[in-house]
Amino acid sequence: MVYLARWTKISIIAVCVLGLFLSLPNIMSENLRMKMPSFLPSKTVNLGLDLRGGSHLLLQVDLKTVATERAEELLDSLRPELREEKIGYRRLNDIENGVRVELREESDLDAVKKIIRGINRDAEITVKESTVEAVFSEAGIQEMQDQTMGQSIEIVRRRIDESGTKEPTIQRQGDDRILVQLPGLDNPEEIKRLLGTTAKLSFHLVDMDGRGTGTMTLPLADEPGQTLAINRKAELTGDMLVNASVSQDQGGRPAVGFKFNGVGAKKFCKLSADNQGKLFAIVLDKIIISAPRINEPICGGQGIITGTFTIKEVSDLSTLLRAGALPAPLTILEERTVGPSLGADSVEAGKIASVIGLVGVLIFMLITYGRFGIYAGIALIANVVLIFASLSSFQATLTLPGIAGIVLTIGMAVDANVLIFERIKEEITNGRSVMSAVDAGFSRAMSTIIDSNLTTLIAAVILYSFGTGPIKGFSVTLMIGILTSMFSAIMVTRLLIVSWLHRTKPSILKI
Amino acid sequence: MALKWIPDNTNIDFVRLRFITFGLSTLLALLSLGLLISKGLNYGIDFTGGTLMEIKVVDQPINLGELRASLNSLELGAISIQEFGSLEDLLIRLPEQAGGPEQQKAAIDSVHSALDQKFSNVDYRRTEFVGPQVGKELKEKGLMAVLFSIIGMLVYIWFRFEWQYGVGACIALIHDTFITVGLFSMTGMEFNLSTVAAILMIAGYSMNDTVVVFDRIRENLRKFKKMSIYELLNKSINETLSRTIMTSGTTILALVALWLFGGEVIRGFVYALIFGIGIGTFSSIFVAAPVLLYLNIRHGGKKASSDEEAAQKA
Repeated sequence: MVYLARWTKISIIAVCVLGLFLSLPNIMSENLRMKMPSFLPSKTVNLGLDLRGGSHLLLQVDLKTVATERAEELLDSLRPELREEKIGYRRLNDIENGVRVELREESDLDAVKKIIRGINRDAEITVKESTVEAVFSEAGIQEMQDQTMGQSIEIVRRRIDESGTKEPTIQRQGDDRILVQLPGLDNPEEIKRLLGTTAKLSFHLVDMDGRGTGTMTLPLADEPGQTLAINRKAELTGDMLVNASVSQDQGGRPAVGFKFNGVGAKKFCKLSADNQGKLFAIVLDKIIISAPRINEPICGGQGIITGTFTIKEVSDLSTLLRAGALPAPLTILEERTVGPSLGADSVEAGKIASVIGLVGVLIFMLITYGRFGIYAGIALIANVVLIFASLSSFQATLTLPGIAGIVLTIGMAVDANVLIFERIKEEITNGRSVMSAVDAGFSRAMSTIIDSNLTTLIAAVILYSFGTGPIKGFSVTLMIGILTSMFSAIMVTRLLIVSWLHRTKPSILKI
Repeated sequence: MALKWIPDNTNIDFVRLRFITFGLSTLLALLSLGLLISKGLNYGIDFTGGTLMEIKVVDQPINLGELRASLNSLELGAISIQEFGSLEDLLIRLPEQAGGPEQQKAAIDSVHSALDQKFSNVDYRRTEFVGPQVGKELKEKGLMAVLFSIIGMLVYIWFRFEWQYGVGACIALIHDTFITVGLFSMTGMEFNLSTVAAILMIAGYSMNDTVVVFDRIRENLRKFKKMSIYELLNKSINETLSRTIMTSGTTILALVALWLFGGEVIRGFVYALIFGIGIGTFSSIFVAAPVLLYLNIRHGGKKASSDEEAAQKA
């Protein structure tokens, strides 16, 4: 009755051998792994930031500012067109995600609608008496947000790359968040500073004659408290730069040297030729860095930005300008940084605890079940090997709570064996023969094993879907551990017991 | 060779003890509720927002009082400083600073420079900052996770067994999670994200344990059609007792190893697990199964309570 098909035996052994192969790279030195032929598995367990050290940053992209900017842009394009068509309005202002015009004459409604449609085809227009409200369509907002997120991620990636940090992971999370993981980085202040600046550079003409319309007043960086009125419209923007580097002015003070692309160079050439003698302002993140006078046409496409900079500021600023401006400001919502010493200590502690836990359980099983306890122990070791094999080949991330998950699995994995052994014991007490008791033990314990493991699996899966970071790591090892332990405790133990029974054919069984 | 932890054919009248154990459980649950209301939980920065730093000061004695005074003079709100595992390791908590991330960064910087000034060799082992918004979300997520997994497991039980078992499991589950949370309130241990993970795990384990007993009850119901429910529950608990003790034993054994050697960072997490598994084991023997006595688990059979009377008369 107790029988395992040949192919079943072979596949059980094959799974264990494969597991051994896949988990072996974890105990090899890096040198050895490099030297191995490429057909052998060389992947090791991917350690989480809490074990290898590193920084985890959750950033929020301020999408509202983008919407406001778009609304202002719409306003800026609307104003001259209304003037051109001689449409009188009482008020014209931006609202959330759009603009609002209060007209003098209701008869102008259709004309205004047409103008707005001409600027933004998809705008949703509502009319109430003589007031027109135009807001961006839902799809338009969604697209704008996706675009902003895509750009932000790209710029964040470039800035981090510029700073020389290796292997960063940068992903979008939810609607407006970016998750940045920087392994090996124990002081994220530098990165945080780089990410904390929008670095929006633009060149504007200074409002020399004080027209007041279409202008804005911004503070001057060098003279606290002073402001200057400049044209709202930017003549050139930072995205027309092809390079930025550390440079110095004639007086030897640190300055940022920049180079325009072809379009930028041409525009700058024309601008400087047309506006000789006037001031133009260099604006960075709504602050005027400097406002030099245009003395002659500048057509080389190159220039420097001067100001009261330190060398560090110049080098940061050129890095930022090279990487490009963020479309919207970023705020840090969450930071978790683990230094390399704590990570290494945790790995060490985890190793020791796992080995002691494993040995403890092995001894406990041995003294409780004797020979069968040894079999359960072998299955338990196979289980640990399979956990590491799965973690390595799926490249799942092992975190400190993940190690706890493994230790917990070590403790719980023998449950299936305990259920089976206790059942066999009972069946023998009930007067069954050895073979039939073993058979009944395995088959009757099965539904209980599945029921009890599935409930734990449910908890692990839900934890996985709600958890973040290290906690996710816990649920991953737990899920893998539950699955591998069902295999090892049922199949591996069964193989060992069946082989032993067939070899010795005992008439009485002592468990 | 083989050692028996539980003698064969144990026949402990667990069900009779139910008045004592139900009383004890109710008392503990009420105590937990009282503590939660009066004392609340010591939420970690995961939920409250704020900054946490773990530092190690090598080769230099730390005068906690002095350090406290000098950090408090920075006026960053209620700073807490505690030893973390050894005399060299400190855990420093700063509350959320008003004024956004800039202020937060400035606060961290000023603590760094104060520490660097005081000690010649500070190892910044860990820095965690959680903004108030994320803290709120993590709290909601944690609560949702616990609720959903409890519902998920109950649905499973309901599918695999009858509703009566679901009720029994539910009571046991609420009992276990409640008392574990109560322990956290009583000891003032930090309640953070990993605590939530531990509670979920405890729920999973408790359910696992309960299911094994339920499985046996169901099997015995089919086998012993004439046996009174009272007797049958006792028989089932006794038959699975050895397994219950063994599995809890090995699990707690492994966890104790982790508690002793696994390092300070997860000690709280492991502590919760050990306690919870103890409670879970208790509840599957003394709460989940005896509750079935009141829930007429035998279809078309006599009421469970009259079964008991019959058993006591016999």
